[in-house]
Amino acid sequence: MDTPSARTPSPPPAPPPVRGQGARRRFLVKIARAAAGAGVFALALDLFSRDAHGLPAVALRPPGAGDEGAFLAACVRCGLCVRDCPYPTLGLARFGEEVPVGTPYFIARRAPCEMCEDIPCVKACPTAALDPELTHIDAARMGLAVLTDHETCLNFQGLRCDVCFRVCPLMDKAITLEMLHNPRTGKHAMFIPTVHSEACTGCGKCERACVLERAAIRVLPRHLVKGEIGDHYRLGWVEEKRHGGPLVPGLIDLPDRMPASPSPGGRP
Amino acid sequence: MTAIRARGQYDAPPPRRRPWLRRHKWLLLRRASQFGVIALFLAGPMYGVWIVKGSLISSKTMGVLPLSDPYVALQSLAAGHLLASTTLIGAAIVLGFYMLVGGRAYCAFVCPMNIVTDAARWLSKRLQLPKGWTPPAETRFWLLGATLLAAVFAALPAWELINPVTVLSRSLLFGFGYAWTVVFAIFVFDFLISRRGWCGRLCPMGAFYGVLGAGALLRVAAKERERCDDCMDCFAVCPEPQVIAPALRGTQKDASRRILSGVCTNCGRCIDVCEKEVFAFSWRLAAVRPTGPGVFNTREGAREAGYSHVETTEGRKP
Repeated sequence: MDTPSARTPSPPPAPPPVRGQGARRRFLVKIARAAAGAGVFALALDLFSRDAHGLPAVALRPPGAGDEGAFLAACVRCGLCVRDCPYPTLGLARFGEEVPVGTPYFIARRAPCEMCEDIPCVKACPTAALDPELTHIDAARMGLAVLTDHETCLNFQGLRCDVCFRVCPLMDKAITLEMLHNPRTGKHAMFIPTVHSEACTGCGKCERACVLERAAIRVLPRHLVKGEIGDHYRLGWVEEKRHGGPLVPGLIDLPDRMPASPSPGGRP
Repeated sequence: MTAIRARGQYDAPPPRRRPWLRRHKWLLLRRASQFGVIALFLAGPMYGVWIVKGSLISSKTMGVLPLSDPYVALQSLAAGHLLASTTLIGAAIVLGFYMLVGGRAYCAFVCPMNIVTDAARWLSKRLQLPKGWTPPAETRFWLLGATLLAAVFAALPAWELINPVTVLSRSLLFGFGYAWTVVFAIFVFDFLISRRGWCGRLCPMGAFYGVLGAGALLRVAAKERERCDDCMDCFAVCPEPQVIAPALRGTQKDASRRILSGVCTNCGRCIDVCEKEVFAFSWRLAAVRPTGPGVFNTREGAREAGYSHVETTEGRKP
C-alpha cells in the first residue's frame, strides 16, 4: 500500500492512547488471569501429589529403590521393571490403589523378591530410579524383616518350626536361631529367630513362608522398623574397645556378682 | 457464479465423489497405527512375543532400542532427578522423530486417548449437541507450564498421577483399576461439556508435542489451494480448524501454503475429505507449488501460482 497521500483528508485523530491502554490492560488482565489459573492448577496438583505420597507398610519397592522421595522423583512409571521381573512378584500400582499410581511394588506375603543374581528389574529401569550401582542382590535393602509377634511364633512356644530361618537366602546371616532356656518345660531350649539388620535384604521370603495363618515375621520399610541411638549416646564397652583400654585410668572395677564369676579385677 | 480459470482448464468435470477408501485413507492408517502400537506392547504379556517391552512412557524394542516420552522425562527432570543415559537417549530419539514428522503426530497416530476423544466428538456431532464451552486457545500451554511447576514443587512427576494419556496407556497394558473413571471423565467432558476440549485446549502433553511441532519438518500443505471451492469440509473435519485458514486462504504475510502451526496433528483428515484434493503432505523446506494449472478463485491467486495469462469464464456459458 502507498503511504498516505496529502490529498486524502486525514481522519480525525483516533484516540490511540486510550485504545492502546485498553488493549494493554486487557492483555495484562488476560495474562494475569491465565497465570493465576495455572498457578492454582499447579498448587492443586502439588497438594494432590503430596497426598499420594503415602505407601502402605506392606508394599515394598523393588531392589535398588532408595529413599521413597527420591524414588518417586525418578520413577516415570513405565513398567519396564515389572516386565523384566521373571516372577509374578512385581506389579504396577493401578489407579485407585493405595500405592502411588503406576509405581512398581510387591507384597511379600503374596510374592516375595526371588533375589535373582542378575537383578533384571534394576537392569530394565531406564531412569536409574532403581540404582544401577546395585550389582549384588545381597546388598539390596528393600525392607527389614521383624519378628513382630512373639506370642504366636511357634519357635517361641518351644517348637522347632524354623521355616523363616530355613527359607532365608542368607540363612545364618540375616536370620539366626538364638538358643534360650525354655522356662515352661524347664529342660528344653527355645530357638528364637533373630533378624540381623546389617544382612537382611528385605526380600520377604520369611514372611511368605511363615506357616501361621497370619505371619508372625514381617518385612517392613526400614524407616518404620529401625531404631536410632542418639548422636550423643556412647556405649562404654565400645568406646573402651576403640580406645584400647580403660577410659578413666586407675578406675577400680569391682567384681561382678555372678555365679562362677571371674577373678576380681580380671578383665578379658 | 464467476470462476476464473487458467488456460486449458475446460476439461471434463472431476468425478463427483472419490472412492470411500480414498476418503478414509489417513483415518484408517491412524487407527491401524493406534491399535497397532497397543498390540505390539500387548503381544509380549499376552502371547509371549516380546517385540516391545514397557509402555508408551518408556519402552525397549527388540531389547536394544530405548524410547522414552520426552514430556514425562522432562517432568522427572523438573522433579530434581538427573535422568539416566537410557532415558535421555530414548527421549532424544523420540524428540528427533517428532521433530521430523510433526510433534502432534503423536496425538493423532499414537495416543490411545485420541480414540476416546474422537468417539466423544463423533457421538456429540451425531446427536447434534452444541459445541459447548471452548477454553481459550492458549490454555494448554499454561497447563503445560503448570505441570512442570507442580513437578518442581512436589519433587515428583506430579501430573503423571492423573495424566489421562499415560494412565490409559498404562492401564491398557498393566490393568485398569479405577483408571476407567479418568478416561470416562474425559469422554464425558468432550462429549457434553466441551467438544474437542481435552485434546484441543487442555492436554499438556499435546501442548508439549505442539511446541515440538512448531519446527517439525513434515507438514500438511494446501498445495492446490487454487482449486478450493469453499465447501468447508476440511474445517468441519479438522481437530484444530484454526490452523487451516492461513495456509488455505493465504492470509499470512508470507502466504505460505504449508500449515505451519505446531498444534496441527498431521492427522491427514483434511487430505482425506477434500474432494478437490487441495491438501497433501509436504516438507517444511520444500517449495510448494501447485502441480499444474488449476481453477482459481481470483486473478491474484492465479498470478501467485505463476500464471501470467488468465482467462475468465465471465460471460461464458459453463
